[in-house]
Amino acid sequence: MRGEGSGQRPTSRNVDHGFRVPKNLRLAPFGPMPQGAASKNEPDSRWETPNLMQTFRFDPCRLPPEAEALRGEVRAFLSDALTDIPPVVRAQTWSGYDPEFSKKLGAKGWIGMTWPKKYGGHERSALERYVMLEEMLAAGAPVGAHWIGDRQSGQLLLRFGTEEQRQMILPKAAKGELLFCIGMSEPDSGSDLAATRTKAEKTDGGWIVNGTKLWTSNAHNAHYMIALFRTNFDPDNKHAGLTQFLVDLTTPGITIRPIKDLTGNAHFNEVVFADVFVPDNMMVGEEGNGWAQVTAELAYERSGPERYLSSFLLLTELIRELARTGDTSADAEIGRLVAHLVTLRQMSVSIAGLLEAGENPIQEASVVKDLGALYEQELPVKAHELAGVEPMLGTGSDYAQVLGFLTQASVSFSLRGGTREILRGIIARGLGLR
Amino acid sequence: MNEFRNLLGETIERLLADHATKETVQGAEEGTWPEALWSALEENGLSRLMASEAQGGAGGTWGDALVLLRAQGRYAAPVPLAETMVAAWLLSEAGLDVPDGPLTLLTGVTLKSDGTLSGTAPHVPWGRKAVVGVAMVEKADGKFHVVSAPLAGAKIDEEENLAREPRDTMTFKGHAVTSAPCDLTQGLETWGALMRSGLMAGGLDYLLTQSVEYANDRKQFGRPIGKFQAVQQQLAVLATQAAAAGAIAAHACERAGETDDPGFEVAVAKTRIDEAVNLSTSISHQVHGAIGFTYEHGLHLVTRRLWSWRAEYGSGRSWAARLGRQAIERGADALWADVTAR
Repeated sequence: MRGEGSGQRPTSRNVDHGFRVPKNLRLAPFGPMPQGAASKNEPDSRWETPNLMQTFRFDPCRLPPEAEALRGEVRAFLSDALTDIPPVVRAQTWSGYDPEFSKKLGAKGWIGMTWPKKYGGHERSALERYVMLEEMLAAGAPVGAHWIGDRQSGQLLLRFGTEEQRQMILPKAAKGELLFCIGMSEPDSGSDLAATRTKAEKTDGGWIVNGTKLWTSNAHNAHYMIALFRTNFDPDNKHAGLTQFLVDLTTPGITIRPIKDLTGNAHFNEVVFADVFVPDNMMVGEEGNGWAQVTAELAYERSGPERYLSSFLLLTELIRELARTGDTSADAEIGRLVAHLVTLRQMSVSIAGLLEAGENPIQEASVVKDLGALYEQELPVKAHELAGVEPMLGTGSDYAQVLGFLTQASVSFSLRGGTREILRGIIARGLGLR
Repeated sequence: MNEFRNLLGETIERLLADHATKETVQGAEEGTWPEALWSALEENGLSRLMASEAQGGAGGTWGDALVLLRAQGRYAAPVPLAETMVAAWLLSEAGLDVPDGPLTLLTGVTLKSDGTLSGTAPHVPWGRKAVVGVAMVEKADGKFHVVSAPLAGAKIDEEENLAREPRDTMTFKGHAVTSAPCDLTQGLETWGALMRSGLMAGGLDYLLTQSVEYANDRKQFGRPIGKFQAVQQQLAVLATQAAAAGAIAAHACERAGETDDPGFEVAVAKTRIDEAVNLSTSISHQVHGAIGFTYEHGLHLVTRRLWSWRAEYGSGRSWAARLGRQAIERGADALWADVTAR
């Protein structure tokens, strides 16, 4: 159920008067306005409030009862399933790789929840899926193995894939048995995705791929890559000539080299393609339509609750630490962090409502991802300032270790999935500045 | 109710576009009461939106009221619309008569055992103009009692806030009032904070629209300043802050219409929106440069109001301290359940 865009200018006068106008109220289209209906004033460039922008839609969205019912079920499951997993491991949430856990979620029907049943999905609402996701993240469930497939690759195949691809891939993905990675970035193509150079050249029955993908999360664990390759080179139009492919990562000619990050983990990779054959039936969507398809995918990549809930464990561990020491000087800062959390959650739920309504909330997703990254990067700083505990690796209290991991990891939050600068550029475009 | 709010929005927009011009706002700063604006609001029933129909109102919810609050914030409408709306609602909740004319809200006063009102109410919005002031007093029965105080005869020391709106000090001594209990579980500071949150969300809408328009118009180095990435990035930040403020104001108002105790949401909203105001007023003035610092330009009519509103009914920091204490006392393991229960 979506609320009204409070305070915003109505977009339509074609209203259904399915309500009763309260007797003591005169509304514009009914009675004559006492002082004249049309504005008498010349537009004033310095007082132009009537041209209110409607760039962002963050109307309140109420989660339906079935979603709240699911919340209880997910919580009960997690309180058992996570008993033995220490906080520092749970702090990794959606970057935590645990394929056995993913299979358990598949068996519960919590992967591919919104997909059609004929592809192994469960035909539940985007709002139910939202509740499942936020419960997983808040509890610190190791959901990284299937996260990308559930979030965007499945959606991509449902929208652009062939029937054959869907039949082959989706049922296994929904069981948590088939894992994806996304091949977008390259050594010379990071934020500038249209600079993609990895080439797919036509050959009999398929394509020959040469080039390198970089920063590919989970490539070393995944079965398939959804890859963006250049199939046509027009120097005047970089956005044309890109095509998406479904690549079986066991194909000869593919070399996957994990890259250790500054936390010491190696969750992203360099993937080199040397004369790799990809058959025709593994092309996703239309040849040359890759840019449009990737753009559609980004709404899913950026709109989820993981963009503000990756560090939730640090907030709870910080509160636990402050409760233990009896320190009250941090009250206002903790309250401020709670206020940000609640606001981000409402905005995130609102986006889930837009997705459920079949909208493409790329602007709203950019807003929440930018605010979410700021919030999550502030958390370790505040934790450092407020509790005065040194971050540690491998030893020390749970709090010290969670702080240790997130102090290091948080710098990536405004890089992965679209940098802060790119997101703000998208927002500026939505504002009509570019 | 979507259609209702659309019509409400259209009505207030047309009315404010006609009657809350820059000249009106500047005139009010010189002490001219904008009678045409006020009587238009009254005649259309907007100032009584939240009172029950039996009490001459429209039975509107906080969610409906937000439509008016945001519009008032955008136009910097220099009248006690917000205060009158909330005061009429409180009177109506307690079954007290809702008088005609501008109403205001009183804090810092106490009800004596003989039923009279005493104390000094600071920063009373439009105290000199209002016919009745409304207070909420917590009594021994644990209930909030709504007090209706006719303002004739009260001692008034005229003062102004940053926006040059009346914020008078009013002193009461054995002042005859009527009062009655209500079922609300939150006092006036909460409702005042929610009211100011809605106004601030509207003011931020204005800052965003105005700043983007200015950046597209103003040329330097041969192109609109909005074409420079440094400016675009700043305006994007302003947009995210305005979006967050609008989202949490809407959430808090919906909750206030649905539950008896929206104290948590109001604390969140006031905390978050205060911070949005800090950042957004700074960015919008930076984008406008020197012209935005002149009295002639309209920008400051909204930014000065935002600086006043953020200080009223508890600063964001004071609300945050309460939220934080509550979160720490309830404990780490209750936080997520508490957040998702609301």
